[in-house]
Order: sequence, then structure tokens, then C-alpha cells
Amino acid sequence: MSGKSLFKRIDWLTIFIYIALVVIGWVNIYSSTFTDTDPSIFNFSSLHGKQLFFFGVSILAIILIMALEANFYERFSSLLYVIAIVLLLGLFVFGKTIAGATSWYNLGFFNLQPSEFAKVATALALAKFLSDIQTDIKRRKDQLFALGIILLPAILIVPQPDPGSALVFFALLFVIFREGLPLSYLVIGILTIVVFIATLMFGTIWVAIILGLLIVIFFLLKKKTFKVPVFPVISIVVATILFSLSVDLVFNNVFEQRHRDRFSLWLRLEKDPQKLEQIRKTIGYNTYQSEKAIESGGFFGKGFLEGTRTKGDFVPEQHTDYIFSTVGEEWGFVGTATVILLFTFLFLRLVFLAERQKNPFSRMYGYGVISILFIHYFINIGMVIGVLPTIGIPLPFFSYGGSGLLFFTILLFVFLKLDSNRLKEGF
Amino acid sequence: MKKVLLSSIILIIGITFIGRLSYLQIFSFSPDQVLEDPAIKAIYDYPERGYIYDRNGKLLVGNDPAYDVMVIPREVKPLDTLEFCNLIGMDKEVFIYKLKKAKVYSPRLPSVLVPQLSKEDYAKLQEKMRHFEGFYIQKRSLRYYDTKSAANVLGYISEVNERDLAENPYYVQGELKGRTGVEKTYEDTLRGKKGVQYIQKDRFNRDIGPYKDGALDTPPEQGKEISITIDKDLQEYGELLMHGKRGGIVAIEPSTGELLSMISGPTYDPSLLVGRKRSKNYTVLYNDSIANPTWDRSLLAEPSPGSPFKTLNALIALQEGVITPETKMKCYNGFYVGRTKRGCHCGGGVRDLNVGIYKSCNAYFAGTFRKIYDKFETMDEAMDVWEKHMRSFGLGGYLGSDLHTGRPGRIPSKEYYDKWYGDNRWSSSFIISNSIGQGEVAVTPIQLANMTAAIANRGHYFTPHILKKVNGKEITIPEFTELKQTTIDRKHFEPVIQGMAEVYRRGTARWVQIPGIEIAGKTGTVENFTVIDSVKTQLTDHSIFVAFAPVNKPKIAIAVYIENGYYGSRYAGHIASLMIEKYIKGKITRKDLEKRMLEKTLDHEYAKPYSGEEFKINEYVW
Repeated sequence: MSGKSLFKRIDWLTIFIYIALVVIGWVNIYSSTFTDTDPSIFNFSSLHGKQLFFFGVSILAIILIMALEANFYERFSSLLYVIAIVLLLGLFVFGKTIAGATSWYNLGFFNLQPSEFAKVATALALAKFLSDIQTDIKRRKDQLFALGIILLPAILIVPQPDPGSALVFFALLFVIFREGLPLSYLVIGILTIVVFIATLMFGTIWVAIILGLLIVIFFLLKKKTFKVPVFPVISIVVATILFSLSVDLVFNNVFEQRHRDRFSLWLRLEKDPQKLEQIRKTIGYNTYQSEKAIESGGFFGKGFLEGTRTKGDFVPEQHTDYIFSTVGEEWGFVGTATVILLFTFLFLRLVFLAERQKNPFSRMYGYGVISILFIHYFINIGMVIGVLPTIGIPLPFFSYGGSGLLFFTILLFVFLKLDSNRLKEGF
Repeated sequence: MKKVLLSSIILIIGITFIGRLSYLQIFSFSPDQVLEDPAIKAIYDYPERGYIYDRNGKLLVGNDPAYDVMVIPREVKPLDTLEFCNLIGMDKEVFIYKLKKAKVYSPRLPSVLVPQLSKEDYAKLQEKMRHFEGFYIQKRSLRYYDTKSAANVLGYISEVNERDLAENPYYVQGELKGRTGVEKTYEDTLRGKKGVQYIQKDRFNRDIGPYKDGALDTPPEQGKEISITIDKDLQEYGELLMHGKRGGIVAIEPSTGELLSMISGPTYDPSLLVGRKRSKNYTVLYNDSIANPTWDRSLLAEPSPGSPFKTLNALIALQEGVITPETKMKCYNGFYVGRTKRGCHCGGGVRDLNVGIYKSCNAYFAGTFRKIYDKFETMDEAMDVWEKHMRSFGLGGYLGSDLHTGRPGRIPSKEYYDKWYGDNRWSSSFIISNSIGQGEVAVTPIQLANMTAAIANRGHYFTPHILKKVNGKEITIPEFTELKQTTIDRKHFEPVIQGMAEVYRRGTARWVQIPGIEIAGKTGTVENFTVIDSVKTQLTDHSIFVAFAPVNKPKIAIAVYIENGYYGSRYAGHIASLMIEKYIKGKITRKDLEKRMLEKTLDHEYAKPYSGEEFKINEYVW
């Protein structure tokens, strides 16, 4: 087996989906930044031209990744992580501010976004730590250390400010769950979100009443012999109610109005339909416009370069975070469904690849890749089609942005390189 | 469990997304119509409405510039309402209401806020307008009338209403459309086609260039100018003559079927229905249900034709061979239907066709009519033949002209009587009144004129029409240029026409001869009734007259119908005579006659039924 060339060992299916996504993405960037005066695709001063250039850079990166030894990544993961942290820290001194966020280094010919690099480095470092023989994820100390690896870059990214990118790192928690962190953590996490939303929607009193009802049902259904753990139940109730009260407090006093409005819109907290519509068209303007653009595409779409709302720049940030609305308007349901299916296949394929790794590091890194790509996809498309609140993060392989495309590519192809080496001896 | 957890989440999210997308793109899909797409703005370029000229190239209708204050509701920024209302001269409440209505129509399409400002108001407004976002001034053109006549012929235009908008997608709110007359019939020709330019806009509502590179744009098509067959001078003169009288005059050029004039009395100045006062004035005209100036009597009145109808009965009798011009009948100052005597004013004696016509002898024509149906074995057969002949003169049905309205009149058929009296429960005595143009027959003035033209042409006519030229080119519409043959042979017309000429020489119209012009005509005096306090009451007879001239080379055929004008030659005959002289000679030699017609009114007659008192009819009040 080891005699087979890299060419035969690499997973071409993933590469095919990757290329399909990048090409579809580029076509839509071309359309959303298209002007009649400058239709050339190779004009590198235009946005689509730049994106094409970075696709070329990405291919060079792929070749480099494939050329390096597979164990390079495992060996140097800690170093890469340190570099990433240093780069993030350096932003506080040397960072370039674009659109209010100090997230870039100005390298002259392009702006490097170290948070993109940090995603790759953190995924590698986490895999490295978790796959270490001395690490036992059941141990509290190791759990905290793993959490620390994830939180450190996130904490550095929040003040840029770029809360969206910071949020992405939490997706790596999934890797820890996969590797043995008790699911109860996940359950508690989900319940926290449920209580948070329920408090906003119904108020603390209703949360308490529902909780009381659940306890009553619990007592009615329990076996006679079952001994009720009185203290834990009481502490859960108290904790929930305190949390619920604090949600109210935080929501009304700590959150800014624009945050409150986003939740009002998302959860339809505003009952006055006129006010809601007002919020929809101001705070929710981007989502409103993107929903309208997608809606107007219908089943078959308006056709390439025919999206009037795209042309009229009705959807702000359309070539970056809202690129999916261009797909919706110009290619219709056919286009959007194809993209969703491509992503879904990509993720399932990656899960399959990750699960077949014999080397734990490769598997854990694979899960890291899936987690990071998936959270981008989930939050971005959820926002664009109006089922999630507005959180500005890009759609992998699609959104305009050189660093983004390059590092998503690196993220993915490092895993493909590891996968291609999965059967090699001595690895 | 942990292995499938992630895969399950991926699948669930994928399904959720596709579900949401199918909801957005399939179930609540609303395609962007070009006009509804917020990213596209349509800019219209209105061509000028075509001018209307008379048959001799004299201008009847032109255009005047006018200015509409338009509003695009969604572009309106908060404004000093009071100041703006003062500026445009509108109540605040009306302004708010209109703005709301415009918003309901469309927040992003322009609506008219104030229609048709005058040039002066426009000058005042123009410079201040730019302070008010969302409002602008659209230039349009208003109709300008170079005559005070022919309102019924020309018609008027008004703003399209919601029904027009729903019916014809061409129109956009605020546009004008022909409502009656030529403006209605030739709306498409006169209007032209507005040009449209689609502009792609960005979210700040800025133009960013033509939509689809202008592929959908269309240039405006100029409205065409038309000439109508009306003779402006004759029309204006006829309306002067109709002063204070109700009725209709229709004059036709027999050799072409062109309508030389079409007068309805009372009428109104067409300029009344232009501009901002249009709807107020229209309401006044429309609500005058007694004089009814908006009701075109030349096309819609359906009186019994009276004695002119006798000429047709004579022609049918000749055609069917039941009489010859020499056939004689005796008049006993009337004739008998069974045992009832019907009167006759001709003086009595033995009558042949010629005398019968010029003395308008009822007995002669009753006898003639009897001979027609005696020829056939059954009444049904006779009625069919008679009806067929009548219809060939364009009676009893729509003429198929290019006028915006009309009535079919009535030529009773056997079915009509079967329905009225029961199958075969009627006989000749039931229908004998038709012989003298009373009874069930009903004819509109334009049909009467057309029938006269057919006699003048000795057996054929051209469908009466109003359009003469489009953009200076004579029309070639087969419906109007092809000859319609009647069922009567040419040879039978001469004796009847001789009788009609005698009417002028020594018959019922000898008072209204025109020196130098030989006229053939026929008077008609039509009994008529109304209902006053649920009592059927007879009113003064309608005065009817048909004529054509000159006898041998007819240039004009005319029908005059004057409501309650008493006997045929009294008003109708005079007016017909003056009209013919005016048309043929271009001037009037009989000034006293003209003066009398211009001054006399029938207002006293029209007041009678509404006076609430007993009144006499058919009085000699000169």
C-alpha cells in the first residue's frame, strides 16, 4: 500500500466537492461585484480578480502541504499554535483596522487575518494535546487545559472586536466531546441556551412554572423505590431560577440596544407588528434584504448576472457574508439546494474520513476541521436565510476574502494530507 | 452514539436549511415583476396626443401643456405639511388622504397628487419643489379645443380609473384615456405609445445605469393626427341653429358615407371637460337629466321616423311590383282600418305616387302597404320580405360605424309581433301604422340620414363613418369604402325622388326652397307621448325632415329631428334647408329665415310637461 503514489491515496471526492464549492462561490462573487464597465475576470484590481488570484495562491499552498511530510503537522502543531497566539497579540500593536475591526496585518499586497490562521493552529494544537498519551480527557485538569487551548485565541479575538470569529473556536468543543468529555456537559450547555431563550420569550415566572411542572411530572412518573436526590434537585431549581433572573438583568442592563433588537427580531419578542416590521427593516435590514433576494429567485432563479437586487447592491456585504443570497437570487432553489447538498456531502465525507483514521491525532484534527467548517456554514447560512440572528462570519470557500479562502483550504488539505498517509508505517 | 451524533446534526441542519429555502423560494416565492422590483425604476416618455382636424384641414383639437404634481410615497421625507399644502393649494386633510391612497396604490410607483396645474401655478411651484423629496412635477399635455362645437363628436379624455388599470396593463395611474367620441374610438391612434426606460437602482435609490442594457426599453411612438369627416363650419352652424332646441342633425356625403356633421342639441362647450374643472363640470352636465346634454341625440334618440318612412314603403311596393308610379288611390281625408277611420291632412282626392309623396297622403301609403302584404299568401311571408328590404337600408340594426355609441332602432319582424300579440294572433290592421312611419318602427337620426343617402345614391350607401385621414393619408378601411347595395333596383328610385323633389316645389316644404339648388326631401310629423303623473299624455309632435341636394348629383343627405317641433317643415324643414344652403353655397341668402331659426327656441314646449298645469299641444306659436 505504501508504494502507492500520493495521487492515488488522496481522497479525490473531497477535492472534487471543494473545487465545486470554490468555483460556484467565485462565480457568485463575480456576479455580486460585477460592473458593466469591467467584465474581465482576470482584472486583479477587481474583487473577483483578487479572489481568483487567491485561488491560485491556495493551489500553491495545497502543493506545499502535499509536499511536506505528514508528521510535520503533528510535530510542529505546538509551535504553530504559539505563532498564532503571538500574531493575535501583535494585532494590538501592529494591527490594521478595517471596518472598525483591528483584525488584519497589512502585508502590502494583501491583508493577512491571523484569526484565520489561528483556527488551523488551534485545531492542530487541540488534536496534538488530546492525542498525547499522557492526556486523559476524563480528568478535570486535562479538560480545563483543552478548554484553555480553545479559549485563549477566542479571548484574544473578541476585543478586535470580532465576536463572530471568536465564537467559531467554541465549535472545537465538539472534538473534546468526541474524545470522551461526558455528554452531560453538552446537555447542560443546551439546557442553558433553552432557559436563556425561554426567559427572553416568556419571562422568569413562566420558566419557574414550567420547571415546577416538570418536577411534578418527574415525581408522578418515578418509581416508588427511586430515591430522590433532594439536594441536587433543589440546587438545579435554584440555579435555573437565578440564571433566568440574571438573563433578564443582563439582557436589559448589559446588552446594548442593538443586541436587544437582534434578539427581539430573531425571537419575535416585539409583539407590535408595526414596530417589528420597523426593526426588520432597520436592525434586520441585511437579513430582510437577503431573504427578499432569495425569495425573488424562485425555483430556477433569475440567471447569471441577472439578479436585479444583487446588481442594485440591495443586500449589504453581499460578496462576503451574504454571498449565499446571490446564489438564491440568481440560481434559485436549484442553486441553493445544490450548495446545501454539496456542503452536507462534504461534511459527511469528512466524518467518514475522520472515523477511518488509525492515528488519533489525524482523527481529532479531522473532527476539528469539520467543527470549524460546519459552524461557519451553520451560522452563515442560518443568518442569510433568516433563521439565526445576525452574526458576521464568512461562508467557507464561498465568501470573498483572501485569508479566508487560503486558510480554509489549508485547514482542509492538511487533513487530506494526513488522510492520505493513514496507512503508512511508522507514522 | 458519539460517532453518529455529528453526522445526525449535519443531516438535520441540512434538512432544516433546505426546508427553509423551499419555504422561501417555492412556497412564498413572489417573482419580481419589472415594475414591482425595487431595484428597477421605469421612466416614461409620453408622446403628444394626436391633433384632430376637420375634413378641410381646419384644427379642431390640439394640445396645451399641463403639469401634474406627482408623488412617490416611499421617497417622501418628513415635510412641513402645512407649507406644502399652501404651496399646492390643497387642504391638509385632502393631502393626507391622497398620500395614503397613493401609498395603497403603490409605495414606489408615482401617483398623481395634484392633476393638471395651470402654467401660472406651475411657475410658482417649480422652484420650491426640490425642497420636498418624493414629489416632482410631470409634464403632460391637455386637450385644447379650437371650437366650441362638436363636443359629442370629439368626446373627451380623462384620467384612467382603477377599472381601466385592471383591464388594460398599458395604462399607469395618472394617464389619460379617451372616454367618448373620436377620442374613445381612435384612442390607440391618437394616444401613440409611451416610451419606457428601465433604470437599475441601488439600495440608496441611485440610478446605476440601464436595466439589462436597455434591452426592454422602448422608444415612444408618436400619436397620430387624424382628420375627421366633419365639416367644422357646418357643424358649428348647425349647433347655432339648434340653439334652444332638442334633437339631432346628421348630414352625410352620399357618395362616400362621410359624416359631414353630427349635431346633438342641447350640447356643451368641449372645453368644459378639460383640466381640473372637468369633473365638476361633468357632474353638472350629467345631472341635467331633463335636457341631458351628454346624451347624443343624433346617435341615441330612437323616435318613430314618421312620413319620411313612406318613401321606403313606396320603393318596396315598386320593387315588389304591386304598384306602378301611375297606380292611383283615393283619399277620403283619411282611410279605414276595419271600421275605424284614420285621418289624413293631404286634402283628399285621387292620388298617384308623386302626389302621395309630396302631399304626404296617409291613405295612399296605407293602401300601398296593404298591396305589399296582399301579394303574399301569409302575413309572415310578407313581413319577412318587407323586413329584408328595410334592413338593406341600414335600419333595425347597428350601422357598424366607427362612432363610440349607437342604437339599433327597430324594424319589427314577425317574431316581434308574435311575441307581442301571440303566435299569429295579429293581422295587417295591427301593423298598418308602419306604412306611415308610426307604430313600432324606430329609427335613429343617423339611420334616417343614411337611409336618405341611400335614396340619393339611387340604391346604395356607404357605412357612415367619422375617420377621414390618419397622418394625412386617406383611410382605406373596407368597411367604409365598400359600397352597400340595397335590395331595391335603381330604376324604382327616380319616381320616388321626383315626388321628394315636388315636396320642395309645391308640397309640404314649399316654404323653404333654396334659390338655385334643387332639393329632394320629405317631412315628418311624429306623434309622441310621455307619462305625467302616471297618465299617458300626448306632447307636441316631433318635427322630422330628411333631404338631399342637389337632386341629380347629391352632395349632402341630411336628417333633422327636433323634439316637439310640431310639423315636419316647421323646424326640421327650415333647419335642413339652411344646412344644405350653408354646405353647398357656403353662405345663407335667406337672412330672415336664418334669423328666425337662430332666435326661436322651444323652451316653452319643453317646460310644458314639467309645469304641473294643463297644457295645449301643437300650437301655432311663431
